[in-house]
Amino acid sequence: MTATPTELADAARRVRLRDLQMVADAGMGHIGGEFSVTDILVTLYLGVLNLDGGSERDRLILSKGHAAAALYATLAEAGLLEEAELASFTGSDSALNGHPANTKLEWVEASTGPLGHGLPIGVGMALGARLDHSDRRTFVITGDGEMQEGSNWEALMIAAHHGLDRLTLIIDRNGLQQGARVVDTSDLEPLADKLRAFGCAVVEVDGHNHAELLDALASAPPEPGKPTAIIAHTHKGHPVSFMSDDPGWHHRVPSTEQVDLARAEIDR
Amino acid sequence: MSTLHDCRDAFAAALIALAEEDDRVVAVVNDSVGSSKLGEFGKRFPDRLINVGIAEQAMVGVGAGLAASGKVPFVSAASCFLTARALEQVKIDVAYSDRHVVLCGQSPGVAYGELGSTHHSPEDLSWLRAIPGITVIAPADAAETAAAVRWAAQHDGPVFLRVSRMGVPDIPGLDVPFVPGRATRLREGGDVTIIATGTSVAPSLIAAEQLGAEGIAARVLAMPTISPIDREAVIEAAAETGAIVTAEEAYVCGLGGAVAEIVVEECPVPVRRVGLRGFAPTGSTNWLFERAGLTEDGIASAAREVVAMSVR
Repeated sequence: MTATPTELADAARRVRLRDLQMVADAGMGHIGGEFSVTDILVTLYLGVLNLDGGSERDRLILSKGHAAAALYATLAEAGLLEEAELASFTGSDSALNGHPANTKLEWVEASTGPLGHGLPIGVGMALGARLDHSDRRTFVITGDGEMQEGSNWEALMIAAHHGLDRLTLIIDRNGLQQGARVVDTSDLEPLADKLRAFGCAVVEVDGHNHAELLDALASAPPEPGKPTAIIAHTHKGHPVSFMSDDPGWHHRVPSTEQVDLARAEIDR
Repeated sequence: MSTLHDCRDAFAAALIALAEEDDRVVAVVNDSVGSSKLGEFGKRFPDRLINVGIAEQAMVGVGAGLAASGKVPFVSAASCFLTARALEQVKIDVAYSDRHVVLCGQSPGVAYGELGSTHHSPEDLSWLRAIPGITVIAPADAAETAAAVRWAAQHDGPVFLRVSRMGVPDIPGLDVPFVPGRATRLREGGDVTIIATGTSVAPSLIAAEQLGAEGIAARVLAMPTISPIDREAVIEAAAETGAIVTAEEAYVCGLGGAVAEIVVEECPVPVRRVGLRGFAPTGSTNWLFERAGLTEDGIASAAREVVAMSVR
């Protein structure tokens, strides 16, 4: 797929507005982490992923499954989910579970929610592609707090050992986890050095800059023979001033007034 | 007693035969090539033996990812590590996600005897039967193990296959090819039913012979599938024989728990569950079997007890 940075910015604006409405209507969601990952999801679905190939399609796993609403809103933007279905988010027997489930909704490549599951599954998918002599790509998006899970580092060792350079990990580095800042909980730094030591090619980008994201997600691996890890620097709650970088907005639900304020800031 | 076989040999041979026919078949291991007896598989199919190293959580996730890519992964590791260390991956990546992954719990129960409870997996049957959607199988002999491997490869869903290490004899009359969810009646009898799985089937048959000599006619059911269990066979046994003994190389909340639940709900009769209880003291597998009553004498003794309690 091809889309310009301007088109992606427009799409991301629409996705955030949908997401805001979904969370307000459902009375639940994880809006902070949804807004930090929105530009990454939009860039992938509208600008990077090959989704036409049937079993040869590229795979994307949203390992930070609590940002499900952002995924659903992006799927609707990409025309992969009926817009009307978004209103069912977390409702009784809805396909739009609070965390994405592959058995409930097409295009969800892996059921996620418990952290540290997506990357090992992505490694399995990339190994499957290797066995098929296929060039299809596998993308996994984790939160940064999620990188505290040991299973991710197990998976990176396997990916590097097998030279899975069609596998790309994108870390939504918003600096916050559920209850506090990552740096105050169990710090990840020096994250880039750790990822390099585990055998990854590391790229750092502004995770809200669509041009930088497009560039980093381009097809050729930055270092052939190595999996790629993109540290996408983001802000939780972006671009809403009263949500941004506030751990309180991990799963707070905006009031009616706050929805109006947020909508105005997103639309600006 | 005839020659005893380690079911891992039948497992490995069956997997090689399958892999020759079907290039989707891959093995995923955690540095457990030797303990899963997959050395020959690796020589024949080097690209299709994926050794992730000592990383059980990632091992199960990798298996799920391979399944999502159209492969048929046999994820094989000592059952204690596969089921305990990676239980959340088993629950979410395999069962909840409905992936065709065959989880192969090697050397289960107390096969690692003297190594201690760190290396035992008496919990595996209880844990796995609590998770929806996984077919949980504990074959009783080498032929049934091979048949279950073949069935699991074509069953489009999650499977847990318990591969016994303790020597077992060939048991005539088991279902080959394998039929999931079905008990096999190995011996007729109207006074009591012994329902056994895995390594406990062979001693249950000998126990039934002993009981027969005393005038107690014991029915013996082999129950290779713990989940979904053959409810009808259990209800029939309760109604027709009035007393039940279960036998398993596992905590008694595995097969025993599953049978007792059905009996209590559908047709209450006396039940004795023979199996493991508590963390094991140090000792050999055979000594632990004797201590738990997982022998022909222990099973026969439990049968006498329930027959005495039976009101019929």
